[in-house]
Amino acid sequence: MDLRKLTAVELAAKIKAKEVTVAQAAQAVFDCIGEREKLYHCYVTVDKEAVLRKAEEIQQKMDRGELDGPLAGVPVAVKDNLCTEGMRTTCSSKILENFIPAYSAEAVRNLEKAGMLMIGKTNMDEFAMGSTTETSAFGVTRNPWDAKRVPGGSSGGSAAAVAAEECFAALGSDTGGSIRQPASFCGVVGMKPTYGTVSRYGLIAYGSSLDQIGPVTKDVADCAALLEVLASHDEKDSTSVRREDTDFTSALAEDVKGMRIGIPRDYFGDGLDAEVKEAVRKAAGILGEKGAVVEEFDLSLVNYAIPAYYTIAAAEASSNLERFDGIKYGHRAKEYQGLHNMYKKSRSEGFGAEVKRRIMLGSFVLSSGYYDAYYLKALKVKALIKKAFDDAFAKYDLILGPVAPTTAPKLGESLADPMKMYLGDIYTISVNLAGLPAISLPCGKDGAGMPIGLQLIGDCFQEKALLRAAYTYEKARGNFGTPPMEEKTGKEAAALSLQEAGHQTCGGASANVGCVKCSTEMR
Amino acid sequence: MAKQYETVIGLEVHVELATKTKIFCGCSTAFGGAPNTHTCPVCTGMPGTLPVLNKKVLEYAIAVGLAANCTITQYCKFDRKNYFYPDNPQNYQISQLYLPICRNGSVEIETEAGKKQVGIHEIHMEEDAGKLIHDEWEDCSLVDYNRSGVPLIEIVSEPDMRSAEEVIAYLEKLRMMIQYLGASDCKLQEGSMRADVNLSVREAGAAEFGTRTEMKNLNSFRAIANAVEGERERQIELIESGQKVVQETRRWDDGKGESYPMRSKEDAQDYRYFPDPDLVPVVVSDEWLAEIKAAQPEFRPEKMARYKKEYDIPDYDIEIITGTKRMADLFEETVKLCGQPKKVSNWLMVETLRLLKEKEMDPEEIRFSPEHLAGLIKLTDEKAINSTVAKEVFEVMFENDTDPEKYVEEKGLKTVKDEGALRKAVEEVIAANPKSVEDYHNGKEKAIGFLVGQTMKAMKGKADPGMVNRLLKELL
Repeated sequence: MDLRKLTAVELAAKIKAKEVTVAQAAQAVFDCIGEREKLYHCYVTVDKEAVLRKAEEIQQKMDRGELDGPLAGVPVAVKDNLCTEGMRTTCSSKILENFIPAYSAEAVRNLEKAGMLMIGKTNMDEFAMGSTTETSAFGVTRNPWDAKRVPGGSSGGSAAAVAAEECFAALGSDTGGSIRQPASFCGVVGMKPTYGTVSRYGLIAYGSSLDQIGPVTKDVADCAALLEVLASHDEKDSTSVRREDTDFTSALAEDVKGMRIGIPRDYFGDGLDAEVKEAVRKAAGILGEKGAVVEEFDLSLVNYAIPAYYTIAAAEASSNLERFDGIKYGHRAKEYQGLHNMYKKSRSEGFGAEVKRRIMLGSFVLSSGYYDAYYLKALKVKALIKKAFDDAFAKYDLILGPVAPTTAPKLGESLADPMKMYLGDIYTISVNLAGLPAISLPCGKDGAGMPIGLQLIGDCFQEKALLRAAYTYEKARGNFGTPPMEEKTGKEAAALSLQEAGHQTCGGASANVGCVKCSTEMR
Repeated sequence: MAKQYETVIGLEVHVELATKTKIFCGCSTAFGGAPNTHTCPVCTGMPGTLPVLNKKVLEYAIAVGLAANCTITQYCKFDRKNYFYPDNPQNYQISQLYLPICRNGSVEIETEAGKKQVGIHEIHMEEDAGKLIHDEWEDCSLVDYNRSGVPLIEIVSEPDMRSAEEVIAYLEKLRMMIQYLGASDCKLQEGSMRADVNLSVREAGAAEFGTRTEMKNLNSFRAIANAVEGERERQIELIESGQKVVQETRRWDDGKGESYPMRSKEDAQDYRYFPDPDLVPVVVSDEWLAEIKAAQPEFRPEKMARYKKEYDIPDYDIEIITGTKRMADLFEETVKLCGQPKKVSNWLMVETLRLLKEKEMDPEEIRFSPEHLAGLIKLTDEKAINSTVAKEVFEVMFENDTDPEKYVEEKGLKTVKDEGALRKAVEEVIAANPKSVEDYHNGKEKAIGFLVGQTMKAMKGKADPGMVNRLLKELL
């Protein structure tokens, strides 16, 4: 039995049936990591010994009957912007390269309560700012479908780890598409739940009013099961919502009869790749065949979403990132004169270019004299976008469209033109501005064999409708398959890992913290 | 004739609220404590942490706002004030700019010149910062976050005050009001009440305000009064000599009686205020507002009027007793138990005030209970102890809240009512003091006082002085 081909739910069933031990499941993951991590670089930190000890603990608890959740014993990866007590949490930034939290994020605690086994911390765009995972201070992550391409971002490490079978499921965070877009690029399933469904306590904030933690999984059933583990009301998060309908797995039925699905014409205009358009339309057709009522409509305001999003997210980020000042934790410049020079040098050295760009942008839109013209106006646009969705959901149960205009670009293509990179978020960010749930799942491949993602958007708290439609489509679509990794883990892989930018920052990082390359050498 | 100037003063008063826990986390607000022991990931600004509003803070802020006749903002928000300083762990302070909890109020003050309304522009809630300690020996700075996240309200007045006397009257009024609410102890010296003075001068009768300065570091009423006078004079001198007043923040040095510029308007920071996305808007329901209104205590002016009507005690006593909530509560509760307002008032006005002064204590620090004071009054009423013994017992009670009845019993301080024993003592005193007896018989009335004293001494103070007097006169 090849454990790595199992889904999280299937693996959990085998562990429960005592056909597989938790340690064997962990070992299957470490085998994949051993084979592939050098090339794909999904993780920032992995502590194998600690994981194996924990696996033993979970096994004992399961044997004593103290743990019987539907995902107990399943190895899971966690994005490196979620605090993990005792394990460094870097946000893929130099400024936090030696930061070890004193507490765990609520979402991580929920994984622990469910008996899931945390494998390690996944790579990401620095502070979740980016769409390619290239802004990580610890090197890029590569797309398992084509190692010359990006995995998407900012949860690129999580999506790539699931695709490369270096874990059975993962947690990501989504501020403007950071779960859905990498899931789309890596051919896996990713969901951004309704704002407030998963506690943000312990998630190192990027744009607090937009951030939401969610699952990255191999299929829709895993997505529902993991979301069920994550969702909880948390008194430590004022924006957390008390929900009674978190039995998400109960929504997994092949039934979309009479479901009204709207397709925004605005999502199929200029800039959308023809192959992506074709694949998404085909997926809509399949749902129609299964009994859904599919029609086109005008959502409006789509072009305003990007400026509104980058204004609000950058404004919040500029304030959220102020605490990284070299005083209490994180990087402090070695030499400085006086307090302000220390702040300046520590932050200049600690933050990367994209983070600095957004801090400056955010500081500008909040500054006296510009607040009304930018920030306040962006909030008004946000309210109008929410209104446009409310109108749409008066007519439709779900909205269907692409996740991104293109499939995964080649490494190095995006950062050269940040405006183009920002425009790539066009179909995902309005979902965050409106606080809605949305799911991304594979619906085809382009001519180069790269996965294409289908996005389904629901009204607030309609995750079950999303899951039902996604599950129905997935069953009709059939097995999507896994990346052709075997072909690339040989000679080509070795060449890639040596020549390209992947681990160049490894040498630069200080020896005590290292990077993935170092940490995976613990094997 | 020299020009006449008018001083225009507005105050920003920070008050630390008396909640048990901090404004956005569950840490204790207790004063003192080893550095960084009343802290958690939230109030030390650890990455990923989130604030959750302490409802009691909101309740106190609303109560103060109602007492100051403010309009309560029933949909209010918190904003972030961004600035970098190490005592501020997140490098932003959670405060309120756009929708503060209270607006448009006023309080009445009374000075020699009569009564006057001082407008309240707004009251907002915010968090306190930590404390920096500069270690000159090691040439480094240390930060203690115990105070970080302690709840504050800032009461911003309109520029309605015209003299130091009015400023003090306004502060006294606020302090009394807030103490009566139990929302804070308002101690200037300990920093639980802090006032910044905004002051400008203009020619009498001018329509426009002059350029104002802001004075900080004022930690007593005296310092505030001095600073107002000093700054008024400084600004008039500048104007008279043809110079301009610069809009700036100044630090008052009360020892030297001078102020120094801290920062000018030009280096004013841009705080980039914006609504804190981690906190949801606060909605104060009509029901809750009504509940807080209904629970407002009786404030001092109403209390004074009622005392006048209900109790037969002098106006001066009323003034002193209602001067603090602690004293007024103690008075009312004791009267309820023993029904003797005059006697209770006497104990508070004479012995209590004397001991407070002697021990340099505030009325808030009084330890004895109304039950024990009532018990002591009962003992004197029953003539179980004489007044000298009563004072002695009171001192013990003041110190340790000792039960007077038990104490008198244990120490055997009850007045001796056995006439035989007393007669014997009197006879002995007469026999031992023939000179005084002779003086008495020669018409020196005062001599009897000495003999009474000697008898009391022989009885170890436990005799009823009336009885001693009667027996002496009888036996002489």
